[in-house]
Amino acid sequence: MRLKTLLLGAAAAFALAPAAHAERGTDGELKLSFPQATSILNPYLSDGTKDVIAASMIIEPLAGYDENGTLIAKLISEIPTVANGGISEDLTTITYKLLPDLKWSDGTALTADDIVFTYQYCTDPAGGCAQLTKFDGISKVEAIDAATVKITFAAAKPNPFSAFIGRTSPILQKAQFASCVGAAAPTCTDQNFGPIGTGPFRVTAFTVNDTVSMEANPEYRDPAKPAFATATIKGGGDAESSARAVMQTGEFDYAWNTQIPPDSQAAMTADGKGQFVVAFGPLVERIEINTTDPSADLPEGERSTAAHPHPIFSDVNVRKALSMAIDRSILVEVGYGAGGVATCNLVPAPALYTSDNSGCIAQDLDGAKALLDAAGWVPGADGIREKDGKKLSILYQTTVNPIRQDFQALIKDWWTELGVLVELKAIDPGVFFGGDAGSPDTFEKFYADVEMYANDFSGTDPESYLAQYACDKAPKPETQWQGQNINRFCDPAYDAMVTELSSTRDEVKRAELAKKMNDMLTKDSMTIIPLVHRGTLSAHSNALGGVKINAWDSELWNVADWFRVK
Amino acid sequence: MLTFTLRRLLLAIPTLLVISLVIFLLVDLAPGSPMSEIPLTVPPDVRQKMIAALGADQPVFVRYFLWLRQFFWVEPATVFDGWFGTNMAGDEQRILSWQSRSPVFTIIGQRVPQTLTVIGTAYLIGILIAVPIGIYSAYRQYSWFDQAGTMFAMIGFSVPTFFSGTLFIIIFAVWLGWFPTKYDTTLNVTDWASFIKQVKQMTLPVMTLGLANAAAISRYMRSSMLENMSQDYVRTARAKGMSERTVVLKHVLRNSMIPVVTVIALGIPSIFGGAIITENLFGVNGIGAALIGAIHSNDIPMVQTLAFIFAVLIVIFNLIADVLYGFLDPRIRYE
Repeated sequence: MRLKTLLLGAAAAFALAPAAHAERGTDGELKLSFPQATSILNPYLSDGTKDVIAASMIIEPLAGYDENGTLIAKLISEIPTVANGGISEDLTTITYKLLPDLKWSDGTALTADDIVFTYQYCTDPAGGCAQLTKFDGISKVEAIDAATVKITFAAAKPNPFSAFIGRTSPILQKAQFASCVGAAAPTCTDQNFGPIGTGPFRVTAFTVNDTVSMEANPEYRDPAKPAFATATIKGGGDAESSARAVMQTGEFDYAWNTQIPPDSQAAMTADGKGQFVVAFGPLVERIEINTTDPSADLPEGERSTAAHPHPIFSDVNVRKALSMAIDRSILVEVGYGAGGVATCNLVPAPALYTSDNSGCIAQDLDGAKALLDAAGWVPGADGIREKDGKKLSILYQTTVNPIRQDFQALIKDWWTELGVLVELKAIDPGVFFGGDAGSPDTFEKFYADVEMYANDFSGTDPESYLAQYACDKAPKPETQWQGQNINRFCDPAYDAMVTELSSTRDEVKRAELAKKMNDMLTKDSMTIIPLVHRGTLSAHSNALGGVKINAWDSELWNVADWFRVK
Repeated sequence: MLTFTLRRLLLAIPTLLVISLVIFLLVDLAPGSPMSEIPLTVPPDVRQKMIAALGADQPVFVRYFLWLRQFFWVEPATVFDGWFGTNMAGDEQRILSWQSRSPVFTIIGQRVPQTLTVIGTAYLIGILIAVPIGIYSAYRQYSWFDQAGTMFAMIGFSVPTFFSGTLFIIIFAVWLGWFPTKYDTTLNVTDWASFIKQVKQMTLPVMTLGLANAAAISRYMRSSMLENMSQDYVRTARAKGMSERTVVLKHVLRNSMIPVVTVIALGIPSIFGGAIITENLFGVNGIGAALIGAIHSNDIPMVQTLAFIFAVLIVIFNLIADVLYGFLDPRIRYE
């Protein structure tokens, strides 16, 4: 957190400094380093954040989020609300008014047709659009006139800010992409590598998985921005070398996603050439508890299904004891340094939706032992606790990742001290997250007692994220093991709250409900044991000004305002 | 010699076909999915649609034959069209990378120059360092120079490039600040200043790889020289009163070069194959970096095509090495 304070201080200092950068293209070259190289500049066909963030310098959505998660207008004159008439009373339509005289980087005018086209482009069934969910629930997108676009929803939508909002939903130019709809989408290499946009920069050259070269967009709507004449994104290598190129050798101005071990963070910061900045979104590293029996003795098709409740985790005291035995602060210190904070919440941000649940932070091994004793789980001859002939023996799986293996080792130690027999397993991330219904090792299949990974939600509203824990979202053989309710958690009271949340419009009431649901999954039932609230750690040189790290939108959301500190 | 070459070339065709099938099955059956990098926030049905749009949901043999057709017909036809302005390939789909949705051969075309400049230079410098070390080490066996050469070779052999590379970065880039750590692939050499820049950015990767290459070749050179030094013809040459210089550099060296040239020729495919670790470490966007990136993201068409090209190169350079052997050593005839 100290870094954050530093950053705020630095930001304040920049805000006070007189703006000496009042002209476009006067500050030379901006050099960015990405540990994962950019593969494509069309977010609708991309499977990775690296591409989405790079593209955000070039193509823009109608509106985005600032560093506090507040919606800000980009290509529109104001954010529509019910009060200003932009959103209809029944919440079924939303109307955006474009800024006057908007131009694409090729000099042609941006009109409402381009927005309608973007909708058609992504929703074409043969296109394989990665951001399809952004357009969920829309029945029609139409151009009222050249500068007005109206979106009609199939049903009342309390939160209509999804389509054309944020980094994953930018506007494409109809003239450029017209021949790329549907099955032709992947074959439009030139378009996908050099989209024409409205952002502060435009592409001059692109080499796949290596370099994006850009220059200031001459048609950018603010004639004084961006301050940099050119920008380059160099990709490849690893987080460590990326961070080094900013923090130690000073070859680059900004490095995205420099998640490196805490001791390296400290050593590089000590060189004084740059600083690490952290954006805390909703990403939480957690242990998920399997509420069903994963035993290999069960026939295939019944393992890890609701047909067989878990023999030991059916006792809530066991789940609570496992959580109490963990010292989350040590985990943060070992694994993430400035890039993480201990948490007890499934929804750790934004602040409005965050429950004040901090009871798990302090480790309580004795309390955990006492809890198990009281519940009848007593140590047997081999020191392993047992009750009614059932032993506290668990299989704990996660992906192959050095930090996760450290976590596994530490947590195994604590749980062993508790009298729990722990077996560890590490799975290749490509398999674990690969979703192959034929593999026994996917995280959805969950052929283990507990598993650890990180997950989050996009945007600032956790509704769909919390709705994942409804009974019918459980992965099961009938659905080819697809579904996001990894724990197979099932509580009618929770399902009722999911329904209630989807029809609640008042923001304060929504937040209250979301907090209650968060508590139900975490501190009340310990179905999910949250460990670390993870941020994305990036680095920028001290010679680069204007950086405001943002977890809710692209990190480069305000790249137009960046400047060279002289 | 010609019939031998032709026979070997014909035999290579079934070999390569089997290799291509084995590679395809290996890559395809390996666990993982092209969608494993997509964030968990993307729901399963959208993932399914994305897989379908890539054609990745087709049965494995359909995809194999499609790949064969693309590799042996569509891609050469596209090249032909490019040269002569014909339209043989028509609208047929080229091999597309799943990760970037661009033709695999375009990516390879972009990357081969970098690999050849950096890895090729490293190989050349490795040879230039290794050959004299090997010669002198053998001539003065067990001298301090030989001991030092042996130590150099041991270090080059046993220190992995990810370690030596990082060490060089910390010494020469972080502490001394002489060289950049990231290779700028957009740099065009147009004048003296940009040439110096190019040399500077090549120094660290070339040093790292050159050390490893030189180590191996110098050992081959040394042992080959030692073997020849004790031969009868060497004694005869000395007895005839030839200078040491003539004996070592003319008689012994020529004969010792035969196996070394073969080793060098067999090593050439690895130049095209790039150096996965070194390229990644220094941000050289070569073939090796492309391969590892494609493996990470389960980009099967890319991995398959690259692996097959390596197989072709290895088969060809094996043949070249064999033919070279016949030229260099009159005792060997393939008739």
